Amino acid sequence: MKISIQINEGPYQHQASDTAYQFAKAAIEKGHEIFRVFFYHDGVNNASRFTLPPQDDRNVVNQWAELGIKNVDGEPELVVCIAAALRRGMLDKSEASKNGIDGNNIHPAFRISGLGQLIEAGIQSDRLVVFGD
Amino acid sequence: MVTKKFIYLNRRSSFGTVYAIESLEVVLIAAAFEQDVSLAFIDDGVYQIVEGQNADGIGMKNFSKTFHALGDYDINKLYVSAESLEERGLNVDDLMPLVYEDEDDDWAEKPSVKVISNVELSKIMSEQDVCLSF
Repeated sequence: MKISIQINEGPYQHQASDTAYQFAKAAIEKGHEIFRVFFYHDGVNNASRFTLPPQDDRNVVNQWAELGIKNVDGEPELVVCIAAALRRGMLDKSEASKNGIDGNNIHPAFRISGLGQLIEAGIQSDRLVVFGD
Repeated sequence: MVTKKFIYLNRRSSFGTVYAIESLEVVLIAAAFEQDVSLAFIDDGVYQIVEGQNADGIGMKNFSKTFHALGDYDINKLYVSAESLEERGLNVDDLMPLVYEDEDDDWAEKPSVKVISNVELSKIMSEQDVCLSF
């Protein structure tokens, strides 16, 4: 089955991202395809490459990165909503240079894109599963 | 393009969290994809379409007027939980008079908002392909 995931909450404050990760991992192990993971609302904070949890804790960002969810062209299918991201200080190289900001914090396993990617995931997938309150 | 039935569940009030405005952003983007779109307002979500909102005092953007644009995007299936309204001491007259122009009826202006019971709402939800909850 082709499955997409939407995550609406940030890491560590809320378990949505952890549960979604466990779900995605189990689905892949069962032979399902994760078509896309879309990070929305505070969920965009799951994509910060500057995340440094204590050594005895899980690293939510790396967990996602290690799943290696990519499309056929090798582009990451961990997609961060651009509008929600910019509002919260999450930006990639291209958005940083466009806005004259000397830094960027999106982990390379993720990419920034528009809300259309969420709708497309809903259209293309057999299931779209939302994680959050 | 495949047409699927999308329902957006709005469960939180307009302000206090960002969910209401960011959900509305999704709905407006989704309109461009020509899908079969419904919106449901349940729990505190019913406050999102209460008439006469004013957010000046809290320094927020009053985005409630944007709901009037939904009709222009052919989004005219807005379901409101009767139970959620009643629990909050509200009725249909407290809600914005949201309308659309019915192409099949000589562009007559018709109400988009339908107050329905939770039982009816769950039936509508069970008929959808994609249910996004905010």
